[in-house]
Amino acid sequence: MSDEQPAMEAYRYPDGSITYPGHPVGPDGEEPVGTVDLSDYTATVLTWTTSTATPPGVRQPNTLAIVEFDVDGEPVRAIGQVTGEDEVDIGDEVRPVYCEELREPGAGIREPASQEWDGYRFEPL
Amino acid sequence: MDRVAIIGASMTQFGQRDAWIRELLAEAGQAALADADVSPDEIEHLYVSNMASGEFEGQTGVPNALAHDLAAMPAYTARIDQTSSSGGAGVYAAWQSVASGASDMTMLVGGEKMTHRSTAESTDVIASLTHPVEYKHGVTLPSFAGLTARLYLDTYDAPRESLGKVAVKNHKNGVDNPHAQFRKEVDLDTVLDSPVVADPLRLYDFCPITDGSAALVFCPESVAREYTDDYAVISGIGGATDTHVVHERADPTTMGGVVNSSEIAYEMADLEPDDIEVAELHDMFTILEFLQSEDLGFFEKGEGWKAVEEGVTDRDGDLPINTSGGLKSKGHPLGASGVAQVYEIYKQLIGDAGKRQVDADVGLACNVGGFGNCVTTTIMESR
Repeated sequence: MSDEQPAMEAYRYPDGSITYPGHPVGPDGEEPVGTVDLSDYTATVLTWTTSTATPPGVRQPNTLAIVEFDVDGEPVRAIGQVTGEDEVDIGDEVRPVYCEELREPGAGIREPASQEWDGYRFEPL
Repeated sequence: MDRVAIIGASMTQFGQRDAWIRELLAEAGQAALADADVSPDEIEHLYVSNMASGEFEGQTGVPNALAHDLAAMPAYTARIDQTSSSGGAGVYAAWQSVASGASDMTMLVGGEKMTHRSTAESTDVIASLTHPVEYKHGVTLPSFAGLTARLYLDTYDAPRESLGKVAVKNHKNGVDNPHAQFRKEVDLDTVLDSPVVADPLRLYDFCPITDGSAALVFCPESVAREYTDDYAVISGIGGATDTHVVHERADPTTMGGVVNSSEIAYEMADLEPDDIEVAELHDMFTILEFLQSEDLGFFEKGEGWKAVEEGVTDRDGDLPINTSGGLKSKGHPLGASGVAQVYEIYKQLIGDAGKRQVDADVGLACNVGGFGNCVTTTIMESR
């Protein structure tokens, strides 16, 4: 990961579970004890879709996948865009690839300043 | 214990309407009052189920507007927003107001005005319920449906055609619903050849964008008898949530909110899934009918698709599902849908469902918000 790219930050909780995104407390109600940068790992495609009816500011078509990382034996899932026009399939291995702007801020209803618009797409290996 | 009764109901024509939100709510409200033979000054609590009148139309404060338009002042009012399950949550609030003794006459009106917006804009208003890590990737509710449908078909070895048969069944039912947006049968080839919206799902796997409103009148059963012999009672009701971030669920083909809300409702009603004789499920997408029919306990996990294939859920089957035509053909004006589901069950239980009538004394409505994020399950019985 280069210095310009933020981490794909997941939170680790006292019971060992990890979530992406992080939450104020984990599944067992306890505060996080650390973070994990998921961009250091590869993941497996759990399922995917290509959405053709996309909302304002979103590329069309928009292929999305739910993927599962294995962080030292602990499963962690994430959702995100699949890079380019690549085809994916259930079970494929992917790696996170940084994207400065996943969706045009302000084109949709969400207040642009209320959230980040960069993040990680998934590239089939 | 004095049970909570429903003594009147109405729904407007669903579809593309010229009326705006205030007019839609007033139309359904006045019709329900007339149906129940209740005057506006008898209403003690007035709830409005609505997701996004501010975002869609720039009109907020709709409960007070409705109270004025119905001349129901000084009734207590509140807007109930729980996204697509605002209607079910409104049923819960209305039930609670009567069951607690706070109100002896409660009206619930659910409504949404959507069709003046483009499909992309409406999709974005609904998708605004998602977490920032979902929203920034352009995740929408239809894309959740595509992701889940692919996983379901793969996990349970279900044929793609089975999803199409949900659309065929519900469109067939909708033909006999005079309030439905679409009163037209579709065949399986039409469904399977329609344009892809969220692969593997196609246009006919999705409900339309809709304007409309529906209303119900609630009171204690002891009061109901003063008004009518034709009433139904709410014998069980439960509400539950699941994760906001959809991919964090342990099993993406299970809707925890459906499981948990129905367990509460079954226990309250002292009934089992096998006791349900007619059900309205939230078929915003065809895949949702499979998930709910399993998570409500009607069928084993991964076997809901077989019930549709075998005709079990047809109007003349053992467990008719979505006799109204469902959201699929009736339409889905967000805040109205959960109210309109209970309207259909009420009509079935009092024997006033016309050509849609089935033989049932116990019915269930399951209203889902987000992608299973919030759920209300309501069990009703004939008097």
